[in-house]
Amino acid sequence: MKSLQEIQAIRDALHPELELRHVGSTEANSKYERHVLICGGTGCTSSGSPAIEKALHEEIDKAGLTDKIQVVKTGCFGLCALGPIMIVYPSGAFYSRVTADDIPRIVKEHFIEGNPVKELLYDETVAEDGIKSLNDTSFYKKQHRVALRNCGAINPENIDEYIGKDGYQALAKCVTEMTPEEVIKTVLDSGLRGRGGGGFPTGRKWQLARDIVPDADQKYVCCNADEGDPGAFMDRSVLEGDPHVVLEAMAIAGYAIGASQGYIYVRAEYPIAIERLRIAIKQAREYGMLGKNIFGSDFSFDIDLRLGAGAFVCGEETALMTSIEGNRGEPRPRPPFPAEKGLYQKPTILNNVETYANIPQIILKGADWFASMGTEKSKGTKVFALGGKIKNTGLVEVPMGTTLREVIEEIGGGIPNGKKFKAAQTGGPSGGCISPENYDVPIDYDNLISIGSMMGSGGLIVMDEDNCMVDIAKFFLEFTVDESCGKCTPCRIGTKRMYEMLDKITKGKATLEDLDKLEELCYYIKANSLCGLGQTAPNPVLSTLKNFRNEYEAHVVDKKCPAGVCKDLLMFSINPEKCVGCGLCAKNCPVSAISQGDYTAPGKKRAAYVIDTTKCVKCGACMDNCRPKAISKG
Amino acid sequence: MAKKTTVPFNGTAEQEAKLYEIIDAHKDDPGALMPVLQQAQEVYGYLPIEVQKMISDKMGIPLEKIYGVVTFYAQFSLYPKGKYNISVCLGTACYVKGSGDIYDKLQEVLKISGGECTADGKFSLEACRCIGACGLAPVLTVNEDVYGRLTVDDVADILAKYE
Amino acid sequence: MADINVKINGIAVSVPKGTTVLEAAHMAGVDIPTFCYMKEINEIGACRICMVEINEGRGFRLVAACVYPLAFEGTEIRTNSPKVMDSRRKTLELILSTHDRKCLSCVRSGHCELQALCNEMGIEEENTYEGDKPVYEIDNSAVHMYRDNNKCILCRRCVAACAKWQGVGVIGANERGFKTNIGSAFEMGLGETSCVSCGQCIAVCPVGALSEKDFTDQVFAAIADESKYVIVQTAPAVRAGLGEEFGYPIGTNVEGKMVAALRRLGFDNVFDTDWGADLTIMEEATEFVERFTKGGKLPLITSCSPGWVKYCEHYFPEMTDNLSSCKSPHQMLGAVAKTYYAEKIGKKPEDIVVVSIMPCTAKKYECQRDDQAAAGVPDVDYVLTTRELARMIRRAGLKFTALPDEDFDNPLGLSAGAGDIFGVTGGVMEAALRTAYCWLSGNNEEVVEFHEVRGTDGIKRSTVTIGETEIKVAVASGLANAGELLRRVQSGEEKVDFIEIMACPGGCVNGGGQPQQPASVRNFEDLRSLRAKALYDEDAAKTLRLSHLNQDVQKLYEEYLEKPGSHKAHEILHTTYVKRTIN
Repeated sequence: MKSLQEIQAIRDALHPELELRHVGSTEANSKYERHVLICGGTGCTSSGSPAIEKALHEEIDKAGLTDKIQVVKTGCFGLCALGPIMIVYPSGAFYSRVTADDIPRIVKEHFIEGNPVKELLYDETVAEDGIKSLNDTSFYKKQHRVALRNCGAINPENIDEYIGKDGYQALAKCVTEMTPEEVIKTVLDSGLRGRGGGGFPTGRKWQLARDIVPDADQKYVCCNADEGDPGAFMDRSVLEGDPHVVLEAMAIAGYAIGASQGYIYVRAEYPIAIERLRIAIKQAREYGMLGKNIFGSDFSFDIDLRLGAGAFVCGEETALMTSIEGNRGEPRPRPPFPAEKGLYQKPTILNNVETYANIPQIILKGADWFASMGTEKSKGTKVFALGGKIKNTGLVEVPMGTTLREVIEEIGGGIPNGKKFKAAQTGGPSGGCISPENYDVPIDYDNLISIGSMMGSGGLIVMDEDNCMVDIAKFFLEFTVDESCGKCTPCRIGTKRMYEMLDKITKGKATLEDLDKLEELCYYIKANSLCGLGQTAPNPVLSTLKNFRNEYEAHVVDKKCPAGVCKDLLMFSINPEKCVGCGLCAKNCPVSAISQGDYTAPGKKRAAYVIDTTKCVKCGACMDNCRPKAISKG
Repeated sequence: MAKKTTVPFNGTAEQEAKLYEIIDAHKDDPGALMPVLQQAQEVYGYLPIEVQKMISDKMGIPLEKIYGVVTFYAQFSLYPKGKYNISVCLGTACYVKGSGDIYDKLQEVLKISGGECTADGKFSLEACRCIGACGLAPVLTVNEDVYGRLTVDDVADILAKYE
Repeated sequence: MADINVKINGIAVSVPKGTTVLEAAHMAGVDIPTFCYMKEINEIGACRICMVEINEGRGFRLVAACVYPLAFEGTEIRTNSPKVMDSRRKTLELILSTHDRKCLSCVRSGHCELQALCNEMGIEEENTYEGDKPVYEIDNSAVHMYRDNNKCILCRRCVAACAKWQGVGVIGANERGFKTNIGSAFEMGLGETSCVSCGQCIAVCPVGALSEKDFTDQVFAAIADESKYVIVQTAPAVRAGLGEEFGYPIGTNVEGKMVAALRRLGFDNVFDTDWGADLTIMEEATEFVERFTKGGKLPLITSCSPGWVKYCEHYFPEMTDNLSSCKSPHQMLGAVAKTYYAEKIGKKPEDIVVVSIMPCTAKKYECQRDDQAAAGVPDVDYVLTTRELARMIRRAGLKFTALPDEDFDNPLGLSAGAGDIFGVTGGVMEAALRTAYCWLSGNNEEVVEFHEVRGTDGIKRSTVTIGETEIKVAVASGLANAGELLRRVQSGEEKVDFIEIMACPGGCVNGGGQPQQPASVRNFEDLRSLRAKALYDEDAAKTLRLSHLNQDVQKLYEEYLEKPGSHKAHEILHTTYVKRTIN
């Protein structure tokens, strides 16, 4: 159990070390000469960071630098495409795609001799005259890190480092200086809205949970860490890189609404996050940041972990609660809302990880500071998981109101291979596809909804001209059908029928009437489903129908897939003028649909091959194996 | 008819003791079922009727409720995975080249249905979608090994490699 | 809570705040269709058939009427707008796309809630959303019923009835999404589970997914078989329910027409299970007095309800010794018919067929139990539910409403009022107490009514003082209530001498074999009380109200069984139990 004074002493003691972790830091009071930060997030871990960490320790020991260099395993830096990532401070040298074999050289040349190994650095950070700050790279320049501020900056398994970054100061401020009402007012005034999907004002949620059942004997604070959108991983990154921020924020929420118990519902598929949370909870209990009489006050609060078991619907708040109660994760009708009857029928609030990650900062820096960022109705920043056809895949945090163009072109580095931007998908299976005409719309909750998508948890998948929008819609519907809980009729049967209609379209068997029927069914499912999953499931279809109707019509009327994705509408053909008659295509055809024809083009020695389109299963094996590129699809 | 796995239940007394320990540790927790099932699956590798029954008896929760929960979540498994997991591609290219027959043959030879595991725990069998090896169709994988251009007659030889 | 003023389809109504849209509309005389909603036990808002438009000041949107509480003054509701109709139709069309639409051969045809609503909504095309359709094997493993998931619409009323009313929970939702289906653990057949056969799931099923095993053909065949002497008997609750099948108001006692119908169906004798009830009282009251005065196993628990007996064997096997060893009334009557009465009419027991018309599906299972064969052949050959009897009457072309009122045959047709009320929760207890009171007080003819054990409360308690003796009694109906009571008894929290338990909530009048009332009736009418009243009225109107004064029962003892509890009575009228496990 640590007192406030002890916590502050820890913070002050660590200050020089953490200060060293800035590019060009001149901090002189740190114990170490250098800090080497190596990413221990899921992305870098699977691309080999544990082996690098091991090699680092070995080489540093060998070189006798153990006292001079501190190796810190952090959470995600965000630039997952370049992993494994390693940053050396104070120089700020940013090593990307590091392998264990590179380590001896880096230790020798950089750590001993003082010359960063330029060819192993991320090319954008290499300037003529030395190393550019990471913050000057296009990826980081426009970012503004609030929720992610500690990710990649501290060792998430060490509570002291969190404390060194003002950790638990906000909780201390709340329980020792503020009334619960003041805490709620601060959150309310900040304009923070839920980062998990709907964008409900967080302060309002807390206020309801505080006021609606004044005599409740028990209340709960829950954290939704069941991030399930395919392509979104910001919550995982926060849990892996800065787990204490979630614990602190939940304790603050508990203080604000009058709850003494919290639950974090985290995906079982996030083993690193779970492990770090376990460590964090243990440390926080040891320090008295969780438990009885926090900071000597009469406020007590503890947190338990609950693991999800592979059901996307459990991201829905009532389903999450039924799941924690030990049931099938089926949503319940609202009202009553969780603020009135939530977990075990008690008043409950549920916020997601990213929402919580903003709270301590808001308490410490004030509502006005937070509200100064963003747009009129969407304050603060938003983390996006950039993915798909984009150069810099990874996590980015930008102020609300940044345009799609800025995120994709400037931060994301644009679309690779000179392809054209076609659409951006936000909001996962609940969201929609944004077309190029909305490239310059400032991204916030309300704008996204008005252009037929939604913020969702922040997945942002970029698509280029090679993506078929009908196929994308079908992909999301397949996901929804798999993940529907099966409780209500519209979602259980309706999404299945939507999927079947889309399948029919991609097979060229649909009529224009079917398109209208599909659209009608979409609106029906939206208006009639029990929970958010069903209510938003048609969004990928509706938004593509709206923005890319011509592409649907091409499938239906012309029986063509313009992007060349939908197999059944593809036709493979061999250009006899280019075919050299080698027969490799025929050899590789799994169904013997290719044979040699009669025609020999001028200048060619052998007759060209032809494809029997009635036998062809459109696997593309012929095209992959054709050396003169004589085979085309369309 | 009860859906029973073809693998006889080989739970040990140790596993049972461990399971009861887990249940005991959660006895004051109203939402204990999920963590108990998750940990039981860690102990046994899967959640066959015998394990669910023990949980049902000990926790006083109807077996059907437990089964309903288990079948709701993708992560829970009613069947053990074999030492060698055979995955037969039933994608279009493989299917038209007869992977369906190969799948049937495997079910026949191994005396299990798709999704199940042989009694000795050696082989489990599943169907998968296109693995992108259409040029080799029909294809199956055994753990990491890929076998292509198969005929029904190859099945015995492939299995023999793992005997 | 304070009242608020809302408008339903433009009509102003004032309702307490928190009233659901469904209830408010009902008060305003507007029906909103429901499938999944079952008041108190299944308020899950799942089927979405009850969607209505609501405007709470921010424009109209669709909500589920069954679970949406009214909270704001001035709320406007539209239950029949084009938008609502369109939603309702689409929901129906989606349900139809997975529903096995074999209406012509479906047992529920004509009184199926889905069929009726499709008709009301003018569904013209049943293939609108044709697509993948799961196919399920029909589960016929249980003795008493079929489960056909191909007709299931996943309203989960059966699941709620099984788990919440009965505390059994052998069926539930398995898998998820499109694959969601109602079933038992590990796809076990119902017959392999600890299902107690109560049939409450069938009673609440809106469609033909759940149905009793129908034995009407076998009974018609037995009647047609000249070598067989076919006796029929009817349980008390049947007369209180059968009328519903022929358009009578709920709670109409149609005893006379029922007897006439049975006679016209060709049964050789039409007897009354009420007579068996009176006989049961003789045996059971004797057993109680014996145990109570001689320090036998207490509490004594009634054994008339085979669903309860099976529940006890599965869930409280350590308490089977507390069960009365008495057979249930219809088994007693069957046993007497094939022994005493067989001798009287000079028939061999194997030539006699006893058919019991019961409000109950568990009786189908009970008549097949071991130790229910006093004459070496089963005491009862076929059990038909009230619903099956109605089917027989319709099939035989009998104009039920036009039938005369007729009386039961003798000697197994005379009954006391005490036997009538066997069909209601508390009735067995009251009948036993009436007789016990007479015996212990020495006033053999005084009729005392025991109002504390009447009513539809799940658990009722009373202390009866007879002279210097105090008897603590308890009554439970609905097995969840029974379980709760027994746990308290087992833990010593509660001390009781005599317990009556009926498996079905409200007793046999609400049995699993009674006519199926649609949700629109069940959610707004008190079926249990209405039907119960028919039996209490019959009791009150009789001059013979005490079982021990039934002359035909007395004659049985004089001529055949010597006295209640005699060795011979035990051989013929008593049975044994087994201990089972939970599955």
